[in-house]
Amino acid sequence: MTATDKKTRGIEPSMAKKSPSTARRERAAGRRHPLATVALLAVGLLGTGGAYALFTTSATAETSTAAQAVVEDGAKLFAANCATCHGMNLQGTTQAPSLIGVGAASVDFQVGTGRMPLAATGPQAEEKPPQFTEEQTLALAAFVASKGPGPGLPNEEYLNADGDAAVGAELFRINCAMCHNVAGAGGALTEGKFAPPLGGVDSKHVYEAMVTGPQNMPVFNDNNISPEDKANIITYLKVLEETPSVGGFGLGDLGPVSEGLFIWIFGLGAIVGITIWLTAKSN
Amino acid sequence: MTTTQAQPPSTSLEPTKGARLTGWAANYIDERTSISGLVKELGRKIFPDHWSFMLGEVALYSFIVILLSGTFLTFFFQASMVPVIYEGAYVPLKGIEMSAAMASTLDISFDIRGGLLMRQVHHWAALLFVASIGLHMLRVYFTGAFRKPREINWIIGFLLFVLAMLEGFTGYSLPDDLLSGNGLRIIDGMVKGVPIAGTWISYLIFGGEFPGTDIVGRLYTVHILLAPAILVAALGVHMLLLVINKHTQFAGPGRTNDNVVGVPIMPVFAAKAGGFFFIIFGVIVLIAATFQINPIWVYGPYDPSPVSAGTQPDWYIGFADGALRLVPPGWELEILGFTLSLNILVPLLILPVFLGIVAFYPFIEAWITGDKREHHMADRPRNAPVRTAIGAAGVTFYAVLWAAASSDLIATHFKLSIEWVTHGIQALLIVGPVIAYIVAKRVCVGLQKKDREIALHGFESGRIVRLPGGEYIEVHEQLDDYERWKLVSFTDYKPLMIRPDSKGRISILQRVRAVASNWFFEDRIAPVTRTEIEQQHGGHH
Repeated sequence: MTATDKKTRGIEPSMAKKSPSTARRERAAGRRHPLATVALLAVGLLGTGGAYALFTTSATAETSTAAQAVVEDGAKLFAANCATCHGMNLQGTTQAPSLIGVGAASVDFQVGTGRMPLAATGPQAEEKPPQFTEEQTLALAAFVASKGPGPGLPNEEYLNADGDAAVGAELFRINCAMCHNVAGAGGALTEGKFAPPLGGVDSKHVYEAMVTGPQNMPVFNDNNISPEDKANIITYLKVLEETPSVGGFGLGDLGPVSEGLFIWIFGLGAIVGITIWLTAKSN
Repeated sequence: MTTTQAQPPSTSLEPTKGARLTGWAANYIDERTSISGLVKELGRKIFPDHWSFMLGEVALYSFIVILLSGTFLTFFFQASMVPVIYEGAYVPLKGIEMSAAMASTLDISFDIRGGLLMRQVHHWAALLFVASIGLHMLRVYFTGAFRKPREINWIIGFLLFVLAMLEGFTGYSLPDDLLSGNGLRIIDGMVKGVPIAGTWISYLIFGGEFPGTDIVGRLYTVHILLAPAILVAALGVHMLLLVINKHTQFAGPGRTNDNVVGVPIMPVFAAKAGGFFFIIFGVIVLIAATFQINPIWVYGPYDPSPVSAGTQPDWYIGFADGALRLVPPGWELEILGFTLSLNILVPLLILPVFLGIVAFYPFIEAWITGDKREHHMADRPRNAPVRTAIGAAGVTFYAVLWAAASSDLIATHFKLSIEWVTHGIQALLIVGPVIAYIVAKRVCVGLQKKDREIALHGFESGRIVRLPGGEYIEVHEQLDDYERWKLVSFTDYKPLMIRPDSKGRISILQRVRAVASNWFFEDRIAPVTRTEIEQQHGGHH
């Protein structure tokens, strides 16, 4: 992928539609003038072809102007908010990586979770309230996607959390738990980086993170984990999120560390308090 | 007059029906068991009234809670690694293959009435058990209650502590969930790090390559039969020696090295202790009913491939995990084609050395001080500055190792880099105990000086009085004799003098001992003597 590759992802599908398969109708020579068939054929072909061409070109023009407008909006937002670090042509600078070919999913994840624009340089981008509206985020995504093909926005059908939670849980333990913790509570990585907790993360963002591998996360493309299995993982995360902590307060889902601190500070603390009370001299 | 006096004995001669029955039953049992001697002895066992003397009781009562809840759990737990398909109530694991141990633990949690509460009671009580043993040991250490004649009981107590950790770790591993499986894998790795024999020992423990299909059954036997049997036996001896040695007590009026002031078991202490047991039980159940512990359903069944971030053992094994985490990279040697894993062997050696010092400390101190007297008075920690300082250093060393086990959580929660957290803890492991030693010793000596000051001059009352001659003095309020007694009664030690033996020689061991003794007692504050007090009071006001 190069910077000069201007072929846009947004227009590709409509171009594919434009190549029509013309239906050819075989007609046996009839009672009429031999040329009548030819004339009729010519008229028919011209008529249908022309009508089709007229219809499709107008449709493309409409969608592409709409898409173009969105891309242009995105371009303006990009120039104002992102280009300082990522470069006017998305080529990247010493401050930030190139965005050519990162795809709409990546932009939607980074901007939609507030990680971009960056609040401050640090080991990794921190999640914060998003700076842009949904519409602006999508415009930015469309603009970046127009500069080079990359993973697109996830299909809605995978985001409904209606898959198999048990399969998702198993996949999560095998693929995700070593960084995000088995309960999705997050974990430490090297040099101050970390895998964030997954509670409360939007399904769309979970999916986008898997396909784009933001920060230190590896990419789980559709050959690693199929879209259906990604949906299963999302289902599991949502089940985990919605299931109340069955055994009582969860103490942050941090496992034995918080349990140990709890028993020393509150458990034993309470009991020492009781022993002092029991042996106190009555006044 | 005489008739009225005769009246009460005649009524007491005719006991009520209930009293007759009790008397008959007591007599019946005594004639067949001669138990009255024991009851007489035990019933007069005296317990001093100080809160810190109840910590051992906390351990005992939480152990009883563990036994009760554990018995319930054995009715439903299947200690087997036979693979089954889970079909219970917890949806996110439905249809997943797991061991029967894991499936039955899930059933206890979700499908057996009261099962989850019992599991949580058992686990919280276990954490409390080890924690209260730890605190109890600290109390005994810092008050010098391990000195003659109680050294053997200290060793038995230490054995109980180790057994409690063993019980805890085997129990933690039984459900065969992902977290405990990771813990077992670490044990496996440590065993395999032993030169030459490591792999063989690992195969012996696991019945083949890790994880095998035997380990849960074996751990179960250790957890519910072997370790509890030894534990109960050791507990019996511990308490027997407690009765034989009698309790220590803090200095106070009327308290000497030859008596114990407090309440007897019968009836006061028994009533108090019975109530206290139910309080402990209540606190444990309250915690277990409100706070979740070890949610194995979240962790999922064990599978050797996944390892979760933030995997830690229960708190009492934390110091061992921390020791492993702190080893700097590259501690490996290759000798004749064999790899020597110092990164595993060093922690594997440091831990027994540390625990060994804890176990044998009473003998080490007795040798250094050369003190062969019996001690029944508990020291105030400040009055044995070096011992207290050593204890503080030991506690710091342990606490740093313990903290190291949660280095990853420290990094994420305080937004630090894990490398610097690790390096910081590494430095702290070396420097921390030294600082703790110096600070604790200075604080002790300072407190002793303050005590001495107060015993001699009393409290500053803040009341300034002008005397007729124009002199201003501040009125000092004197302590009453009871309070002063607590401040001045402690034994004063002096460094041992080197003396030649019968052949007129001074052995190296003698020299070492003299140096150690000097280190122990060099900086000390002598207790206030009676003469000093009298002089002070004669001279002043």
